[in-house]
Parts: sequence; structure tokens; C-alpha cells
Amino acid sequence: MNKFVITIGLLLLSNIAQATTEDQISFKSEQQKQLYLELTAELRCPKCQNQNIADSNAVVAKDMRVKTKQLLDEGQNKQQVIDYMINRYGQFAHYQPPFNVATSMLWLLPIGFILFAGFVQVKRSKSKQQVDEPTNLSDLDDELAQLLVSDSNNKIDTSASNNAKTEANVKDIK
Amino acid sequence: MIPELGNFALYIAFALSILLSIFPAIGVRQNNARLMAMAPNLSIGLFVFTLFSFSCLVYAFLTDDFTVVNVAQNSNSALPNQYKFAASFGSHEGSFLLWLLMQSGWLFAVAIMSKGLPVDMRTRILTVLGWVCVGFYAYIIISSNPFERTLPYFPVDGRDLNPLLQDIGMIIHPPLLYMGYVGLSVSFAFAIAALLSGNLDSTWAKWSRPWTAAAWAFLTLGITVGSWWAYSELGWGGWWFWDPVENASFMPWLVATALLHSLAVSEKRNAFKSWTVFLAIAAFSLSLLGTFLVRSGVIVSVHAFASDPERGIFILILLALVIGGSLLLYSLRAGNIKSFGKFSIFSRESMLWGNNVLLIAATMVVLMGTLLPLVHKEIGLGTISIGEPFFNQMFTYLIVPFALLLGIAPLVRWKQDKLNNFVTKPVVVIISSVVLTLLWLKVEFNDINLLAALGTCLAVWVVLFTLLELKQTSKKVSLFKLPLSHYSMSLGHIGLAFVIAGVALTSQYSVERDVKMNTGDSAELRGYQFTFDKIKNIEGPNYDGWAAVISVTKQDKPVATMLAEKRFYPVQRNTMTEAAIDDGFFRDIYISLGERLPDGAWALRLYVKPYVRWIWLGGIIVAFAGGLTLFDRRYRNKNVAKVTAQ
Repeated sequence: MNKFVITIGLLLLSNIAQATTEDQISFKSEQQKQLYLELTAELRCPKCQNQNIADSNAVVAKDMRVKTKQLLDEGQNKQQVIDYMINRYGQFAHYQPPFNVATSMLWLLPIGFILFAGFVQVKRSKSKQQVDEPTNLSDLDDELAQLLVSDSNNKIDTSASNNAKTEANVKDIK
Repeated sequence: MIPELGNFALYIAFALSILLSIFPAIGVRQNNARLMAMAPNLSIGLFVFTLFSFSCLVYAFLTDDFTVVNVAQNSNSALPNQYKFAASFGSHEGSFLLWLLMQSGWLFAVAIMSKGLPVDMRTRILTVLGWVCVGFYAYIIISSNPFERTLPYFPVDGRDLNPLLQDIGMIIHPPLLYMGYVGLSVSFAFAIAALLSGNLDSTWAKWSRPWTAAAWAFLTLGITVGSWWAYSELGWGGWWFWDPVENASFMPWLVATALLHSLAVSEKRNAFKSWTVFLAIAAFSLSLLGTFLVRSGVIVSVHAFASDPERGIFILILLALVIGGSLLLYSLRAGNIKSFGKFSIFSRESMLWGNNVLLIAATMVVLMGTLLPLVHKEIGLGTISIGEPFFNQMFTYLIVPFALLLGIAPLVRWKQDKLNNFVTKPVVVIISSVVLTLLWLKVEFNDINLLAALGTCLAVWVVLFTLLELKQTSKKVSLFKLPLSHYSMSLGHIGLAFVIAGVALTSQYSVERDVKMNTGDSAELRGYQFTFDKIKNIEGPNYDGWAAVISVTKQDKPVATMLAEKRFYPVQRNTMTEAAIDDGFFRDIYISLGERLPDGAWALRLYVKPYVRWIWLGGIIVAFAGGLTLFDRRYRNKNVAKVTAQ
């Protein structure tokens, strides 16, 4: 591949050194490249509005990219690089929040909600099965509607609701 | 002169909104038909005057009237006309006028298309929208008037529109997104009107559904276009960054999606009713919260273009009134709402309940992730960032049960179904999903990535089940006679499958290379050969710069000739990267031109992004599906009218 590029370069340009396509950064391995891409996507540029260091053109982002590469070359793993950056630029520099009392809500609230909702659901379906079927549901509904009826419009309303209900029931039977 | 007329029209609209918020409400109370009849007329007037006002602003922009502050700061005589139009809603003031135009537009639509509703209900709905309007119009008149003058010392030329916004995306994205945001106020008004009347039966859900679907479809389309725009304009190939501004639009979408499904249960099964009302309130509240976050500048974002802390306080008050007031009303009235639909643990209702729970949990993740950094800083724990790693992880966990449920739910019967019916089918589908996915990834990428396989598998699962469901239904009802809303559901789910597959594949299989190139150089990436042909000067209407001409070949066959640009906008002294994109159904080739290096070579970033278009294709399908619901026979105007008249 490189040979091909160089040949073209030789043909087109006098300066051979410039003709080869270089990567901006030369990685030791595909693995290192992946790690570098992951890190630059997860680290935040401290000076920018809201950008990771891979996308930012700010000077500090450039410095951090160089440092990331350097640390990887030294054989540090992902967590070590992140720790270094957090030490230097603060927790702000990493897009993954730390786990503490305040941030625990991030995980606990949604999980708690799901568990709670699941619990309610199970309980509701169980208690419903024990209770006898209330007599004639639609009557009850009408009663409620009657209570709220204040003018003729609402009466029309009620009949419409019954209508919709029958429609829904018909659908259901289908 | 014209800006003054616009200003005047805005004041009239404000006055009309005050009238709308008071007199029809009295009419309902006193059962006075004449007062109630004012509501639709006032609504139409509100829209007409707002439209006139907005047209005046557009006129000021198109005619380069730099005596108007807004024009002087956001436009320039050299700006192409289509962007002058877009600049009229490029600033905070202008975008708020667009917001009002949308708001009054929805009001207008409700006024003319709700003739089938009982008069008092219709009046209440319009009144509630009138209240919302009073808040918004007061806000624009007091703190964000777009017609303010620079007189007597007006500038000779304007400061130009932010170059980032000079794109086709700016013309279509804000109107679509605002249509969605503001459209949720209609669902909100239906819910509040129902609470006020105390009459919350399934008819209410039936009326509210098409409006919610319309707002939701706009919101979906707005977010999709926004994602595509960020991808093509920001120049680093990202399509979603969990940025606060993106989150602000995503939260109402999640809740509105839950609402849409919950409304279905309320309408068909008479269950979940108070929950549905709560969701309608929450969806609109979150769209207001998003507006507050974006415009007040309390959060830091790359996408915020019109923020000002002082204005934030007004929106905050509005937000407090809307949330506080509606929740108070809700707590007073929700006790009266009785849901009668009974259902067992394994039923369609339960499945949809699962859908709602997961969507709300997802909303909590986004809400907490967006707001917690603020709180964390305020309580003195230091600044933290919450971004991609957190959200991606949480959404990976959430999407698995969500997609699994979504696949089988349409096959489960209402009320009660037998679990035994659901043993063989899922097993068969799961096996075929896994096999299909592995084959797909093997053939396409010759490498199987676990996360990509998971996402793709879920997508295939959803599609297979959707087709299976259609096949089963076709045994009972002819597919030609199936109501449109059924197709809308199937299509919506398939659209989501496209999004899931697109996200999974493009996140895991995209490749990129940062290279340094001179003319004549070439570089290889995922089988594509990129050759740097030449660099040339370009000159646009209001910018100049460089364009790199790159020809792309694959196995010596030409694929595309691409122009990656670096533009310099002299008025704003801004350099912009205009990425070159060769789009395709299966992959995008994306090149962004970096800076010129000291030795005369150019830095370039090359990307190959497989299946990235599927994300937006899926979004468009989902939005289309939402729009399709509106044409369902059940929701068309005449039919509603007929039912009500019976």
C-alpha cells in the first residue's frame, strides 16, 4: 500500500518525504488507537462550552490529546489516564460522573421507580383478582357522569362516552 | 414603519390573549353561550395578528432594516435571502416570536377543527391555551421584544448571522421543533380542561389523541432534523452528544411517547386515566423546562445560540405557575378520576404500563443527568460532567426490556391473555433474530461486536414481531380494511427498529483516521481509497476559504468526488468547517478539512460511518407514522361530530 502511495507521490511531487500520507498520530496498534478514541471521546475540554477533547480545537484540548497519547505510550491503561486527567483538571474533565451520595440519585431514582411501578402493578393485579367483579361497570361510570352533569352539553357528552365505550368493546371482541 | 406595525400587532395579540383567558371562562361558568362563542373568534384573531407581526419581522430582515436591533445583530446585507429569513428566528427574540406564531397557530387549528366538541369543553380548551398565551405574550413584550429600534444611531450594516446557523437545517429545524414543543400545550390544555370540567371519560382521551399524535410527530421530526443538522454542520460527524439542549428536546419527546401510548389505553380500556392526565401535564412542563434551560443560559451547551440569564427568571416563574397550578388542580381532582378497565398481569394493558414505566425511567435518567451537575455545583460538591458514557450505559440497559416488550405487546390481548400462548413464538423469533443478526454482521463487517449485535438483534426482533402481528391480524381482518392507526403503530415500531439498528451499527463500526495530506497523496480507510486531488480557493456570498477536492475510489472504481471546505466569515471573524459527506443507504463517507500545517500539508479527518442514515430514516418513519394516525377514520372531524351528536 505504502509503496503505491510513494510511487504516486514520486510521480507528482519532487519532495518524497512530503508525499507519503501520514497519520497525524502514529499508533502502536489498533488496540491503542481504539483506546485513544474512547478516551478522547470521554474526556471533556475544560475550556469549551460542551465538547469532548476529540472534537474541540481549543489549545487545552490539543494539549490533553497529546498527553493522552503520551500516557498511553507509557503503557498506562484507560483508568490511569482518566485518573491523571481528573487529578489535573478536576472531576469536570470526565463525562462519567463519580459515585457519591448526591450522584447516586442518577442510578437509584430510575431503578427505584421501575421497581416501585412493578411492585404496584403486581399488587394491583393480585388484589383485583380477589375482589368480585363490581356490578355493571358502565352503570357506575354513568352514575359518576350524572353527578358531574351540569348542563345539557354534558349529557350529550355522557352518551358519547358510552358510545365510545361500546365501540371499544366491539373492537375488543373482534 | 413596518416594524412598528409588527410591534402594534403583537400588543393587539397580547390583548386578545387576555380577553381569551377571561371572558369565555366566565361564559362557561354562567353558561352564557355568547361569551363562550367568543373563544374561537378570539383564537383566530390571535393567530392573524401574530402572523402579521411575524411577517413584519421577516420583512425587516429581508429589507435589511438595520434600524431594528434584532436585524442589526443577526443579519447582514451580504447574507443570502434564505438565511435572512432564517435569521428572523435566529436570535432569542425572533425565535420567541416564531414560538408564538406556532402557539397561536395551534390555537387557530384547535379553534377551527374542534367544532365537533361540546361547546363548554371546546371553550375550556381554548381558554387554557389562552392562559398559556398570556404568559408567553407578556414575556415577549416585557423582556424580549424583537422590534426594538437602534434609532437614532443605526449601524450601516449588520453583524451577520452566526455562520453555524447558515444552513438549510436552520430553516427547517426550529419551526418543526417548536411545532412539537408548543403542540404539547394542546394536549396539556385538553387535560386541564378535562380536569376543570371533572369529566374525564374515555371520550376525552379520544379527542386528545390526534392532537397529541400531531405534536409528537412534529417533535420527532424536529429532533431527527436537529440530529442530522448537527452531524452535517458541526464537522465532527457526531449525531447525538447528550448535550443539555438535545436533552431538553428529548425529555418532552419521551414523555409524549408515553402519553401517546397511555392515551390509547385510556381511550380503549378506560384505564390509566389519571396517569394519562399527569403525563399530559408533565410533557408540556418539560417542554417549558427545556425552554428555560436553553434560553436562560444556566446550562452550558454548544447548541445554545440565544441565551440570557436575566430572561431566565421570567420563564422560571411561568414554569412554576404552570407546573404548580396544574399539579394543584391535579391533586384536587385526580381523586375523582376512576379507572374502570380491569386487567391481569399478562395483558396488553400491562405491556403498555411497562412501556410507560420504562419511558418515564428514561426521562428521569435524562432529567437527572441534565440537572444534577447544576445541583452538585450549588451544594458545594464541585463541578462534575455527565455525558456520553453515563447516558449510553443507562440507555443500553433501558432499551433491552423496552424493545423486547415492544415486540410482543401488539400480539398480547387486552385485559387478559394466556402466558402459554407466548412461549413458542418468542423462542422462534429470538432464534431467528440472533441468526439473522450474526449473518448480517458477518457478511457486512466480518467481525462481530457484542454491543452492535445486541442492538441489531433487538431491531430484528421488533421487525419480525411486527410482521408476525400483521400476518396474524390479516387472518381476522383484511389488511385493506385495517384502520390506519394500526398501520401507524406497526410503522412506528419499524421506524424505531431502524433507529436502534442505526445507532448500534454506526456507534460500533464507524472508523476514522486523522491524516496529513498533500496534493496527490492518498489514504485508505475500510476499503476506500481517498486521494487528495487539489486544494482550491472558494468564494461564497459572505465568506471565502479553501476547498479540498478529494476523490474516493473503492477497488479502483470511482465512488465520489468530494469537496471538504474551510470557510472564513469576515463579518463574524469565524472559521467554519464544512464537512464533505457522501451519503448512502448503507454507509456515509465523511471528510472534514482541518488546518493547514506548517509544512504546507493539510490535516484531514476521514470517517466511514456505516448505517448512520438509518437513524434519521427511522426518525422520519416514526414521525410519518404519527402523522398517519390523524387520517384514521375515527379521528376525522366529521366522525367525531357524528358521535357527539348521537
